[in-house]
Amino acid sequence: MAFDLTADQRDLVQGMRMLCTGRFRLDDVRQIERSGRLDRAGWRELVQAGVFGLRVAEEVGGLGLGIVESTLVFEELGRHLVPGPLVGTEIATVCGLVTADAGHIVGVVDRGGAPMVVEHFADLDRILVLDPTGVWSVAPSDVSVERIERPLDPLTPVSRVTGPLPRGEQVGDAAAGRQRWLDGAVLTSALLVGLAQAATDLAVDYAKQREQFGRPIAGFQAVKHLLADMQAHTTAAQAAVYAAAATLDDPSVGDVARAVAAAKITSGQAAVHAGRDGIQVHGGMGFTWEVPAHLYLKRAQLLNTTFGTPDAHAVVLAERL
Amino acid sequence: MDLRDSDAEAAFRATLRTWMVAALPALPPPPSPDDWPARRVYDTAWQRRLFEAGYAGIHWPAAYGGGGASPIEHLIFLEEIERAGAPELGVNYVGQNHAGPTIAAEGTDEQRAFHLRRILTGENVWCQGFSEPSSGSDLASLRTRAVDDGDSYVLSGQKIWTSNGHVADYCEILVRTDPDAAKHKGITWLIMAMDSPGIDVRPLRTIAGSTEFCEMFLDEVRVPKTNRVGAENDGWRVGNVTLSFERGTGLVREVVRSVEIVRHLAELARRTPRDLGTAWDDAGTRRELGYVAADLDAIWALARHNIAVGMRTGSFGFSGSLLKSRYADVLHRLADVTMRVLDRSGLGLDDLGDLPTGRQLDHTFFAFMVSIAGGTTQIQRNIIGERVLGLPREPAWPSI
Repeated sequence: MAFDLTADQRDLVQGMRMLCTGRFRLDDVRQIERSGRLDRAGWRELVQAGVFGLRVAEEVGGLGLGIVESTLVFEELGRHLVPGPLVGTEIATVCGLVTADAGHIVGVVDRGGAPMVVEHFADLDRILVLDPTGVWSVAPSDVSVERIERPLDPLTPVSRVTGPLPRGEQVGDAAAGRQRWLDGAVLTSALLVGLAQAATDLAVDYAKQREQFGRPIAGFQAVKHLLADMQAHTTAAQAAVYAAAATLDDPSVGDVARAVAAAKITSGQAAVHAGRDGIQVHGGMGFTWEVPAHLYLKRAQLLNTTFGTPDAHAVVLAERL
Repeated sequence: MDLRDSDAEAAFRATLRTWMVAALPALPPPPSPDDWPARRVYDTAWQRRLFEAGYAGIHWPAAYGGGGASPIEHLIFLEEIERAGAPELGVNYVGQNHAGPTIAAEGTDEQRAFHLRRILTGENVWCQGFSEPSSGSDLASLRTRAVDDGDSYVLSGQKIWTSNGHVADYCEILVRTDPDAAKHKGITWLIMAMDSPGIDVRPLRTIAGSTEFCEMFLDEVRVPKTNRVGAENDGWRVGNVTLSFERGTGLVREVVRSVEIVRHLAELARRTPRDLGTAWDDAGTRRELGYVAADLDAIWALARHNIAVGMRTGSFGFSGSLLKSRYADVLHRLADVTMRVLDRSGLGLDDLGDLPTGRQLDHTFFAFMVSIAGGTTQIQRNIIGERVLGLPREPAWPSI
């Protein structure tokens, strides 16, 4: 039982971290606050790095790896707040709706969500729709939307669907839809774990340099214990996400739905917890728009609404007890 | 990164299961929880069976008679014996997990030759004399004096939380041999025979109603210097050696049990009458059970991940503090939902009618064992803050 990253997996993480620290610094990702649009050049770098094709068979331009690898990559993307419909594009690529190297941007919605809100609508080439009958592809030009002026997450523009959502073209059956939904939940959980760790790291760095009463506030137990608890939540959630990914790659080791639920619940809790307490550790500065602490909380809140809320997964898990 | 057993691990697991299928039904019924002499007999008889099957001290080095199991095999062992409902280490806990490994690592050849096999076979039972009424989280402030008297030390003082002290043969005890040195530097680790004159052991009743805890009064107890483990005044380091043997497996059996307890609680909820239906009809209760189960699944995943990382890097670091602090919080949350599910069925420590509620109640108290014993959650958070996150240490308070 080698429930740890292999040497190749550690290299993959390292490579993704280098790409993100070089290409997706906070100043870079915050450009979208002004432009409202994704940076297509940055997106192409993600495509070239193989972010969306990791799980695609080698014969069709992918790398033929498992969801464990995608999970590790998505954890790094979450850590760097990389914007865009990352999960939608990944599962659309796995469905074969777009090719791994085409650079298309694909959003994803659950049919039946009310109100139906689409992320990054202005940038989308396709919309992937998941429902109990399967996976569907819808052209954005066939959907009427109203852009929300002030999105909760400043790095994720959102639009409300105002008309009926077309049925679209079927690209997967019910089983595929179920599988892609589970994949999406785990990849979203990975983003959440990355966010939780980044929010914790940011607060730790701040607490070490911020001085009050003549010493760094990180030395006060009241602050130290908040930070320790953020880390404990994050570390446990990370293990749950790894377990869910390993179970998806090899369902013989456990109960897939239960493992995915545990991952989505604990990563969502860890990210909201770290996001909130991260702001708290920053004190008044944490309440300013400029300091990025709020971005982690807001992204976490947004991701908690996708691929099953923690509440919904908790009910699923309870039924499996 | 995968959760599959290797071929060797699968074989180890299968052999263990096969053995338990035969061994467990042969056990006598467990004795009453407060009959400590009977519990000693029961626990040590089980230890003997483990020894005969080659499973005693499975995680000890083979050179000292142990099983030489890797941490992952130790985890599999703990997981399987818990799932099978095998007896706990009970009175053998301190010998197996503390004293034995410490003597193996730091003791003299004579100490190893005398004690290790007796611990493995269950012949000798050990207790721990570390904490004192005034020295809990600040263990290094301990004051039990050991006065040098030729070839012996003469011990006077008081120890507390001495689990199984009333049925133990030996005590691993930390004493102050140099009252003038800095607090970490005047401590010595000794083996104290429990039949020495001058030892008075009194049981303490816990909030769970159980009586394994004792307080121990020492009045000029003589301990030969040949019973010292490690050098004089080096006892703080020797005490820490014990912890390095844990290798990530410290709470594995308990976590496996908690996962099972939640499943059992869900089953109870489906059977516990509430209004016109059962406790399970309440969506809030079901959801809360789901949340607690998710947290426990994450902790179980973390236990396995910590061991894999530790085996790869050769260091288990402070991963145990992260696990323990999280586990303690989750257990208290589990205690809350337990009381919500049981409602008035939870008003007895014993099973209520045909509802097996006693085990659930007991687990609510067990939450405090995890959040207090072995370093409180607050101390764990200091450790995480300082050792994992690199935050400034607590300021040293001026001595009074």
